[in-house]
This record gives sequence, structure tokens and C-alpha cells, in this order.
Amino acid sequence: MSNRLFGAGLALLAATLLAGCERPPVDTVQRGYRGTGMELVYNPRTEARVAAANQAPPVTPPAGDEGPKARDIYKNVPQLGHLSVAEFTRFMAAMTEWVSPQEGCNYCHDPANMGEDKKYTKVVSRRMIEMTQHINADWKNHVAATGVTCYTCHRGKAVPLQVWFKAPPQANGANFIGDRAGQNAPMQMVGLSSLTYDPYSLFLLGDLPIGVGGPTALPTDHKASILQTEHTYGLMMHMSDGLGVNCTYCHNTRNFKSWDGVPPQRAVAWHGIRMARDLNNNYLVPLTKTFPANRLGPTGDVAKVNCATCHQGVYKPLYGAQMAKAYPELQVHAGSAAKVADGLPSPVAEATRSVLYFAVNSSTLEGEQARGLTLVVATLIAKPGAKASISGFHSASGELAANQQLAKDRAVKVRDAIVAAGVAPGRVVLDKPLQTEANLSGEDPAARRVEVTIR
Amino acid sequence: MADYQNLFTQVQAVGPSNLGVPLGEGHSPRTGTDLPQVHLFGRLGMPQIGPIYLGPLGIASIIFGVASFNIIGFNMLAQVNWDIVQFVRQLFWLSLEPPAPEYGLSLPPLNKGGWWLMAGGFLTVSILLWWVRMYTRARALGMGTHVAWAFAAAIWLFLVLGFIRPVLMGSWSEAVPFGIFPHLDWTAAFSIRYGNLFYNPFHALSIAFLYGATLLFAMHGATILAVSRFGGERELEQIADRGTASERAALFWRWTMGFNATTESIHRWAWWFAVLCPLTGGIGILLSGTVVDNWYLWAIKHGVAPPYPAVFPPTVDPATLLQGVKP
Repeated sequence: MSNRLFGAGLALLAATLLAGCERPPVDTVQRGYRGTGMELVYNPRTEARVAAANQAPPVTPPAGDEGPKARDIYKNVPQLGHLSVAEFTRFMAAMTEWVSPQEGCNYCHDPANMGEDKKYTKVVSRRMIEMTQHINADWKNHVAATGVTCYTCHRGKAVPLQVWFKAPPQANGANFIGDRAGQNAPMQMVGLSSLTYDPYSLFLLGDLPIGVGGPTALPTDHKASILQTEHTYGLMMHMSDGLGVNCTYCHNTRNFKSWDGVPPQRAVAWHGIRMARDLNNNYLVPLTKTFPANRLGPTGDVAKVNCATCHQGVYKPLYGAQMAKAYPELQVHAGSAAKVADGLPSPVAEATRSVLYFAVNSSTLEGEQARGLTLVVATLIAKPGAKASISGFHSASGELAANQQLAKDRAVKVRDAIVAAGVAPGRVVLDKPLQTEANLSGEDPAARRVEVTIR
Repeated sequence: MADYQNLFTQVQAVGPSNLGVPLGEGHSPRTGTDLPQVHLFGRLGMPQIGPIYLGPLGIASIIFGVASFNIIGFNMLAQVNWDIVQFVRQLFWLSLEPPAPEYGLSLPPLNKGGWWLMAGGFLTVSILLWWVRMYTRARALGMGTHVAWAFAAAIWLFLVLGFIRPVLMGSWSEAVPFGIFPHLDWTAAFSIRYGNLFYNPFHALSIAFLYGATLLFAMHGATILAVSRFGGERELEQIADRGTASERAALFWRWTMGFNATTESIHRWAWWFAVLCPLTGGIGILLSGTVVDNWYLWAIKHGVAPPYPAVFPPTVDPATLLQGVKP
């Protein structure tokens, strides 16, 4: 009798302990060198469920570009006016299917006057079209040629399913006892760990450094606290959860910090973090006042994106479906052509630091920039004891090797010009850039520069 | 048929409680001299509870320990807005966190780590008092102080984690939070921060002694149970006058692995394995951040870890590409 009771109790205990586990079998895929634990683990049942929920909708047949332009027929079409009326109508219909299939056109448009920006949704939609164009044109190092459409995030819902708001501050009473320190709550976003429950504000809105691991064997001036490490860990839990992958999808098992022997996906993810930060700060936060209060979060902030907003549990959104290709209007950044044609920033000529800017693919200083160079020379002649160190920079668009050569050429040209102007060659040195500020994507005029530090 | 076993026994030996030796001058009286015999405890092979000797050290230790426990518990309860149900549901997540990094070693406000400092301080006092008590009680009974020194090894690890290393690093925030999952997350974050503790040789030693101690304990326990039919569980008698139980046990191990410990030396083996586990572990923790910043790179540098062939095309940290180049 008691043996049977004991056995039953043991079985009950085992069942309780196993209740939190996924049922086997799971699939394991080797990913790196044998014996290093570089494996991806997939639960085929979870995969089947996620796969069913992440299918791209059919693409509508392309429309002809002949006939009158949209801007000649419709009012207030600044982003899409260059399309033909047929293309424009096709895109509007597609967008309705992607974003507001239930509510229809009137979700954004005032039926009495389709062109008027009366509803906030229309203002937001236009900005979101710009954002999509910006992603496809300037963030190719994350979205590659696959690109994104409205559907990548929206999936037939007016508000994408996976957006984030800032966590409301803890109601702390008199602030005497019970501070949670912004963590230690079972939150899905950090994989039910006890890590910070607002990693997005830190990393996808702010730019808290993510790399926390020691860069060298022995201590240096690299200081990262355990708390900061936990914050990075929280972000990584989100990425793992949002993409449905293990750590080993991007990292090697031996040293998370190291870039040696890592899967190439890590660089793509690196750009993805910067992309989410860019979109939040430059597209979504500025829309805060456009949204009505019921669309805002508990602290009155706008809905923002993280990795899961597009990925939704899949390593590539919609398993990399080539959907955006069918909508060329989303590929062109309406503003990017104008940006390149724009003049360069004015040269900086300070006592200790000068910055000179270059045109695209050029290592020649022209116009105002050439005058900036004369100011540098004047400063060096006025201070005979001073030395100049020159660093060349390039923008992110184009091929890396050619760009690095271009940055070198720019620095060499500036050095030669300074020496030719009569400054002793020993006073001018070429140096590796000291600061890391640079544009991460696209053609930023401020990135194509040479910096001259005088000390 | 009901038979007597050392554990999960179906037969209980019930008799008058053993109240221990008389205490001399200068000792406070023992508590719990009127002892009930609890049948359920007997089922777990532990027929007698108490009497316990508290004494001034024990009482002070309990007071500090309870104070620390309450500070942690009430902070957790306040975190869930004094909701008992949520307290139970979220208990494994809740935590009393050390001060944030910006406070360094300074005294933070009460609710920004001050409670943590107080709880940690009280707990340390409590543990140290308990250690002194173990030492004096062992001496009072004319015993050696092996238990106290084994406990001291654990205290060393506790102090390294919560006091010595944070002081050397100049920040209380380096210390471990008081919480179930939070201290596990701390452990994982610690390994990530210092380049994978797997490559920390003291961590490796600590694990070897940890698993070694459990293995030795299992081997020893199994051996004694296996020869208890020959009186083998009367180990002290076997040490003084080796009988057939010891002979058989020793022969068994010589046959199966070519070597045997004695009934006495097995306890030295086990004691040292157990004690070296926190001793080496504490050294490994203490060196992380103070002397070594990345154990993986350290291991590569000193040939401890082998390099592996590249499987993926080389990937470069994009942050280093965007700065321009050295001409």
C-alpha cells in the first residue's frame, strides 16, 4: 500500500517537474566545427505553427506605367506621384489588404475628400511609406535585396502585432522599500528570465554599448558592469525569441564577444539593431503627437519596433519571401536622390580640429572645401610647433575595399596639399581615425570626409 | 516482511531521547529537552530532534539571520505591492538587487541598494557568528574542528562573491543579487562578461571537485550500505578494528578499480574534495575582472584552449569597418 502511494507520489512529482519542458523529439542542426556545440535546436511542432502564421500573401499582377501620372490626376501625393494611375491604384489596393483589410480605404481616407490629410492614419501611412523606402534603399546591409513591405510588419492588422512601449515606472509609494530595479519580473520579452523588462529603451531607442565582454585577455580601461551585461543579455534574449533561433545562429559558443569564426548572420543582425534604432528615433518617435492618446503606451510614448516586429519568430521575415520586389515604388527612397545632389556640409575649421568634405566617389576638394584646406594650412603655419594628424573616412554605400582605398586617397591628397603649401612633411602624419562616428548605411555627405587634428 | 534499513526504514527504534553529555560551567542550557518522537521523521531515518545548543552566539546569529531574511522577504513582498498570491507566483523571479554601478562603493539610498547592503551585512554577521559557534561547540565536545573549516571554505566563496571582489572592483553592483532566478542570471552574465568562465582554470577545478565530491560521496555511501550486512556502517569500529565489512569493501574497490581508500582515508578524500570546491571556485571568481578580463582570450594566449578550423567565411565586426582606414 505505502509502496504504491510512494510510487504514485514519485510519478506525480516527475510529471510536475517535466510540465515546463517541451516534448521531445527536437531537431538539432550542426552549424559549426564538430564538438564545439555550434548547433541550432528546432522544435518541429513549434516550427510548423510559426510557419503557418508567416506565409506571404499573393502578389497582385503588375500594372502598366503608361498613361497619366498620379500627381496629374490626384491631389496631395508627394511620395507616390511619379507612379502611373494604374500603378498607384494597385499599390493603394495592396496597402489596404496589408494594413486595413476590414476597415478598407476609409481607414486612412476621408471618403468626402480622398486627398485631404484629415485622418491621422493617413499622415502616419505616408511616413510609413517613407520609412519602408528608407529601409529598402538605405538598409540593404540588413534587408539585402529582399526588402520589406507594409505587410512585413502589419500582417493585415492596422497596428503590427509585435510593437513595444516603454515600461511604466514602478509605483513605488514613498520609495522606501521594494525597488525592482527595472527587472525581476517574468516577462516574455526576455524569455521569462529575470532580466531587465525594458531592454528596448536602452538599446533600440538609446545607444547603450552592447559589446560587454572583455576585449583582451587582461583588464584594460574597458569597463562594463555585470548589470550592463545583464541588459545586453536581455536584448539578446529578445533577439533569440523574436527570430526563433539559438545564440549560435550568430555567435560562436566559445566567446560571445569574439567575431572570430562567427556565422555571417551576426553582421546582418548588427545592422538590424542599428536599423531598429534608426527607425524608432527618426520615424516613429517623431510621430508621437500625430497619434491619438488611445494608440500611445502607458507613458504616452508611441508604438516602436524591435526585431520581432518584422521577424515574428522567424529567422527571416516571412521566410525571406521576395515580396517587396513586386512593388518597385517601395524600393526607391524618394529623398535619397535629392540628398546626394545636396551641397556638402560646410568645412569645419577649428583651432585643433578641421573637417573637410568630399563629393561622392571623389578625393578632390572643391569650392568651399578647398578654402577650408587653406584655413588648415594657415593654422599650421601660425603654430610652428604643432603637428597635424590626418584621417580619411568614407560613407557606407558601395564596396568596402574601394571605399577604404577612397578614404586613403582622400587623406593622402590632403596631406600632399598641406605639404605642397610649405608645411614640413614631418609635421603631417596619416593616422587611423580616432573617433568611430560614421554613417551606417546609405550615402551620408557628412561621412565622406577627412579630419585633421592639430596638436 | 518488515525489515530495518538505514533510510526509508519501515521499522522504527523508539526509546528515550539522548539528551547528551552534561554541560560544564560557562555554558548556557540546551533547549528542547522534552522531545516528542515524531513518526514521520523516523521514516526519514532521523528519529530524534534536539536538544539544540543555542548560546549567545547562536541567538545573535539567528537574530541577524532573521533580520536579513526579513529585509529580503519584505522587499520582495513590497515589489508585488504586498500581494501574497503574486509573492508566491513570482517568488522565483523576485530579488533584492545590489546598488547600481553609479553608486560605486558609496552608501546608496535605502531603496536603491541600501537594503541590499544591510541584508548582506547582517547575513555576513550571522554566518560568521554561526561559524564561531560551530568551532566552539566542536571544541566543547572535544572534537576536531573539521566541520568549522569546511564551513569556512563555503564562507570564503560567499565573501568573495558579495564582499571581497566587489570591493576590489570598486562597486557593490558587482555583487550577487538575493533572488532565485536573478542570481542565476547574474551567474550567466558574469560568464558572458568575462569571456566564458568555461575557460577559467579555477572554475574547471571547482567543477572537478564539485562532481568529484558527489562521486566520492556516492561511492562511499554505496560501499557502506553494501557492507552494512556485515556491520560496515559502524565505521569507527571498523577503523579501530578492521573487520570483514572493511575487508570486503576494500577488496571490492581493488578488484574494480585497482585501488582502495581505507575506512578512515575515504573521509579525508571526501572532505578535501568538498572543501576545495568553494576554495578554487572563489579564486576563479576573485581573478575575474581584477586580473583577467576575458578567460577565452587568456586560454588561447596560454595554449589552454585550442583554435578550431574556420567553418564560416570571415566576418568582421562592422563597428571596425565604418571608421575609415589607416592609410
